[in-house]
Amino acid sequence: MDKISLTVNSKKYQLETDPETPLLYVLRNQLELNGPKYGCGYEQCGACMVLLDDKAYPSCRIPVSVVQNRDIITLKGLGNRDKLHPVQEAFLEEQAAQCGYCLNGMLISTISLLKENPDPDRAAIDEGLKRVLCRCGTHSRFIKAVEKAAAKSRLR
Amino acid sequence: MKITRRTFIKNTGYVAIGFSMIPETVLSYESCGFEEVIMQDPRVKDWFQVLEDGRILIFTGKMELGQGIRIAIAQVAAEELNMDIDQVEVHLAETKTTPNEGYTAGSRSITQSAMNVRKAAATAADILLETASEKYNLQKQSLILQKGKILNKENGKAYSFPEVLQGKQIEAAIPSEIKLKRKSEYQLVGTPVPRKDILKMVTGEPVYVQDLRFPDMIHARVIRPPAYNSVLEEFKPEKAEKLSTIINIIRKNNFIGILAGDEYQAQKAKEILERDCKWSVPASLPQTDAWKDYIKEISSKSENVESTGNLNFRDNSVKAFYSKPYIMHGSIGPSCAVGFFDGDKLQIWTHSQGVYPLQGAVADLLNINEGKMQVTGVPGSGCYGHNAADDVSAEVAILALENPGKHIRLQWSRSDEHGWEPYGSAMLMELEGNLDKNGKINNWKYELWSDTHSTRPGGRKENLLPTSYYEGTRTGPSQGYLGGAYRNAQPYYTIQNKKIDAHFFEGPLRVSALRSLGAYANIFAIESFMDELAEKAGKDPLEFRLDHLTDQRAIDILNKLKEMTSNLHLAGNEGLGFAFSRYKNTDSYFGAAVKVSREKDQRIRIKNMWGVIDSGEVINPDGLKNQTEGGMIQSASWTMMEEVKFDKTHVTSLDWQDYPIFRIANIPHMEVQIIDRPYEPPLGAGEAAQGATSAAIVNAIYAATGQRVRDLPVKKTFSV
Ligand code: FES
Ligand code: FES
Repeated sequence: MDKISLTVNSKKYQLETDPETPLLYVLRNQLELNGPKYGCGYEQCGACMVLLDDKAYPSCRIPVSVVQNRDIITLKGLGNRDKLHPVQEAFLEEQAAQCGYCLNGMLISTISLLKENPDPDRAAIDEGLKRVLCRCGTHSRFIKAVEKAAAKSRLR
Repeated sequence: MKITRRTFIKNTGYVAIGFSMIPETVLSYESCGFEEVIMQDPRVKDWFQVLEDGRILIFTGKMELGQGIRIAIAQVAAEELNMDIDQVEVHLAETKTTPNEGYTAGSRSITQSAMNVRKAAATAADILLETASEKYNLQKQSLILQKGKILNKENGKAYSFPEVLQGKQIEAAIPSEIKLKRKSEYQLVGTPVPRKDILKMVTGEPVYVQDLRFPDMIHARVIRPPAYNSVLEEFKPEKAEKLSTIINIIRKNNFIGILAGDEYQAQKAKEILERDCKWSVPASLPQTDAWKDYIKEISSKSENVESTGNLNFRDNSVKAFYSKPYIMHGSIGPSCAVGFFDGDKLQIWTHSQGVYPLQGAVADLLNINEGKMQVTGVPGSGCYGHNAADDVSAEVAILALENPGKHIRLQWSRSDEHGWEPYGSAMLMELEGNLDKNGKINNWKYELWSDTHSTRPGGRKENLLPTSYYEGTRTGPSQGYLGGAYRNAQPYYTIQNKKIDAHFFEGPLRVSALRSLGAYANIFAIESFMDELAEKAGKDPLEFRLDHLTDQRAIDILNKLKEMTSNLHLAGNEGLGFAFSRYKNTDSYFGAAVKVSREKDQRIRIKNMWGVIDSGEVINPDGLKNQTEGGMIQSASWTMMEEVKFDKTHVTSLDWQDYPIFRIANIPHMEVQIIDRPYEPPLGAGEAAQGATSAAIVNAIYAATGQRVRDLPVKKTFSV
């Protein structure tokens, strides 16, 4: 057990944990965040995405000890029901979900993508969301939601 | 997620109001081979209750699987009562609380549960008006329902539901003949009312069983042996026990479970134990290059599905042999459940598709009285059929009983889910047909080979994965629902002479219900073969189908598809394919058109998919579109690239690398249109797209390349 300090959603946390513990487990179990989901634990599906210094990264393998100086953001840190982030707003308006289990990865990847490329074409969207799997087949709505989010973000 | 029980009206007395009673409603659910659920004497309060604040709570025996059942049910209820959608809450499947509506399967959520809710709400509406008129001594005709109130049209005075019912619920029976609201007056049904759960999803609020948290909750993992029939020879828990926060390692015969305070330590212990324990490794799975011959060899039972007219193949016939491999449900979130045993009662939180049958099966396994159990449905990751939801729930029940007093959360790992879920069966389909002199089909012979398509627990322990390990026996699953194999094996076309036979085998892998059961492979074969015969007849594939259809709704589907694709320009490397089916031959009508291209690097790429669906009365068109698009994309993924692989010991497709599915770059341009028929009964739709999409893809590939893919996935023939 080591002492670990983390910055998550702009708050600082001091925790005690096995330093090898993947970030995902700490976020879900110690910080009780529901955004990042367990999907594979192999960095294959993107269900566990978080923003690490503004870039989407899977949290299921990376040991918590190595992200102590990073800025970690989850869905909760983006907005809430009263004040949504434009990406959250776009996914909601497009009703872009079936079971919704993959949504975290899709939203986090979209935010990361739009930071780099505010006006992505289809090829750029494919590249930006390629790490995230969806089994329900909601992809065509995700593509529309990303386009809508891009338009919204440019307006702000 | 905080588990707060909703505050129901405190006074739980019920008003019994005299009403013509016809006590029995038969709730037939997806024919998965189990007894039909018959709800004796259905009462309004079984589906409908008034909340203290004047809103209403609707009980459904169905689960939210991402199909949007909650919003559809809320729409139907709000409509009958002229309420706002926000005044309706929906309570998902829970034993002892909601009606027993069997499994959420077979595209029956709307046709069954929503229609029950419609009747209950209509009955409630009438009783509310009746009660108010008696209570306030008013003419019933002068009262109307409006936004959750009963309004006196004469003076504008409004009464709330709780006020009228005086803290009681409506106990009256639901009569079989009920006056429903006129469809021409609908405000909500048939409109794309947005779902309420998506806001929670995008903000990271708790939604799923995976998000449940209880004080001092324990994290659990279960050990998987190397093969289905492995026996534990050496149990070596010493190393794993040394990890921090390990509470207990429980062994019952060949079943091993780990309990830990910390989830990561539980996961580490699982990996250590799977390495340290010694198991027998029966190398019993068949390895063969002649897979088709092998399947025919092991088939033991046959059933004639249909014989019409007399087959006569004197004229030169067309023959084709198709195949489909094992495919998996592949939920993105592996199965998870929470269990709690207080020393007397057992509670399970589960994403199972059937809380009542699961309760029965667990009671059977652990010898508990069902009266001492409660099973609560909480959404999980989409399941698309019978995945490991029931298994993980039974396993957590075993662990909860061994370790009373604390909530236990059991999470399956990715390789647990990939390697141990019950797959959709591999199938073979052989077709022979010929034409008469007018170019119409004269003879049609169809044979299929398949394992069962449902081994749902259905109240019995044998079909739960942990049972044989826990009991140390070899009892495999009992033979399941064979009928699923020939779902949609009968063509929907007018054909004089037909013979259709199904042959059954017990294959090497664990199998059960996967979205559309055998219909996916049967429609793939039939609709591929229709194109092969059309070519023989020298006819356009769409026209050839139209020549054999009499049902106007089917004809409308194909005409709509023709219209949607009429202005298409195809490049030399592109091809267009069509296919049609009516799901179960009694449910939704669906047609697909697909455009593919052969790229410079020889890869086949799907560029466009068009779908047309007719599900009768549509409750929520946006939900129907969403599910239909999803079904098409999922089917395209199955068709292009999916196949469960195994060696002589066990399944080797244990992660997304070894079992790839569509990623976003594979997604074509999608367009789905609905033919709405508000005056027809609603038809099951959730599985309607699976079969025709696959055939439209291979038909398009043939058009583009001249090569017909008869063995799925397409990846075997072309790079994708
Ligand atoms: S859970 Fe992290 S990528 Fe799948
Ligand atoms: S919406 Fe279910 S996995 Fe994407």
